[in-house]
Amino acid sequence: MTGSLSVIGFGLSAIGGAIGVGLIFAAWISATARQPESAGLTRPMMFVGAALAEALALFGLLLAFIYSGG
Amino acid sequence: MTGAPVIRAEGFPPGIENFNYRDWIPALPDHFLTTITFSVFLAVGILICFFLVSYRNPQLVPTKKQWIAESIYGFVRDGIARDIVGPEGIRFAPYFTTLFCFIALTNVFAIVPFIQISPNAHIAFPAVLGILSWLIYNVVGIRKHGLWGYVKMNSVPSGTPIALYPIIIPIEFVSNLILRPITLSVRLFANMFAGHMILLVFILGGVALIEAGGWFMAASPLAFIMAIVMTFFEFFIQLLQAYVFVLLTAVYVQGSLAEEH
Repeated sequence: MTGSLSVIGFGLSAIGGAIGVGLIFAAWISATARQPESAGLTRPMMFVGAALAEALALFGLLLAFIYSGG
Repeated sequence: MTGAPVIRAEGFPPGIENFNYRDWIPALPDHFLTTITFSVFLAVGILICFFLVSYRNPQLVPTKKQWIAESIYGFVRDGIARDIVGPEGIRFAPYFTTLFCFIALTNVFAIVPFIQISPNAHIAFPAVLGILSWLIYNVVGIRKHGLWGYVKMNSVPSGTPIALYPIIIPIEFVSNLILRPITLSVRLFANMFAGHMILLVFILGGVALIEAGGWFMAASPLAFIMAIVMTFFEFFIQLLQAYVFVLLTAVYVQGSLAEEH
C-alpha cells in the first residue's frame, strides 16, 4: 500500500469541520423555518460560523500537502 | 500569452508543482512577471478603471455601470459594514468594498479561461490581505480603548472566574490577537488551493482516462462533466470566500469597537 499518512490526518480533521458545518446549516434552516423573516438577520452569522468551523478542516488539508513529501 | 505551469498535465495525480508558473520574460528576476502576478495587476487595473468610469459622471437616474457599482457598494455598506459593525462602521465601507471586489475578482480568475489560476492560491497574497485586516482592527481597537485596555479586553472575557485566568488569558490572547490573520489568510488560500486542485483532478483525470484507452475511455466524459459541475461550484465558493473574508474582518473590527462590559 502506498500513499501518505498525512492524508488520513486530513480525513480525520475533516470530520470535525463537516459535523460543525452541518450543525450550523441545520440550525439556520430550522431557525428560518420557524421565523422566515429572521433569515436576513441570521444569514451573516451562519456564514461566519460556517467559515470558522471550516477552518480546521482546511488546516488539515494544508498539512496533508505540507507533509506529503516525507 | 499565458504562462503554462512548469510541468503541464503530466502525472495524473496533480501536486503542488502545478502551482509553479513559468516566468514570461526570463530576463527579469524570478517570478517577477508570471500569470499570477499579472492577474493581480490586472485585477487592480480592472477595479480602478471600473469604479472610475462608472462614477465619473454620476446621474440621478443611474446608468447601467453606475447601478452595478452602486449595488456592490450598497451591498457591502448595508449588508456588512452597517449590519455587523453598526452605524460607526460606515466609515470602513470603502475599504470593505475594495477588499470584497479585489478578493472576488482575483478568486474568479481561477475559472476565467487563459488565466485559470487564482493569485489567492498562493499564500503570499492572502497573507498580505490578512495582515492588513489585522492592522486595521488592532489600530481601531487601540485607538478606542488604549493599548492596555484593548489587550485586557481581548484577553479576559468578562465574568471569568479568577481561578481560570492562567488558562483563559493565553488562549484568548493568542486566538484573538495572533491567530486571526493566520486563519483569515489560510482560509482563503486553502479554499482557492483546494478548488484549483479539484478542477485539476477532474480534468487531468479525464485526460488520463482517455490515455488509458479501452473501457476507461468510456468513463472520461463523466470526469469532464464533473469538471464543469465543479467549475460552477467553484464560482459559488469564490464569491462566498470573498464575502466571508470581508465579513470576518467586519466582525473583528466590531469586536475592537465594542464597549467593554
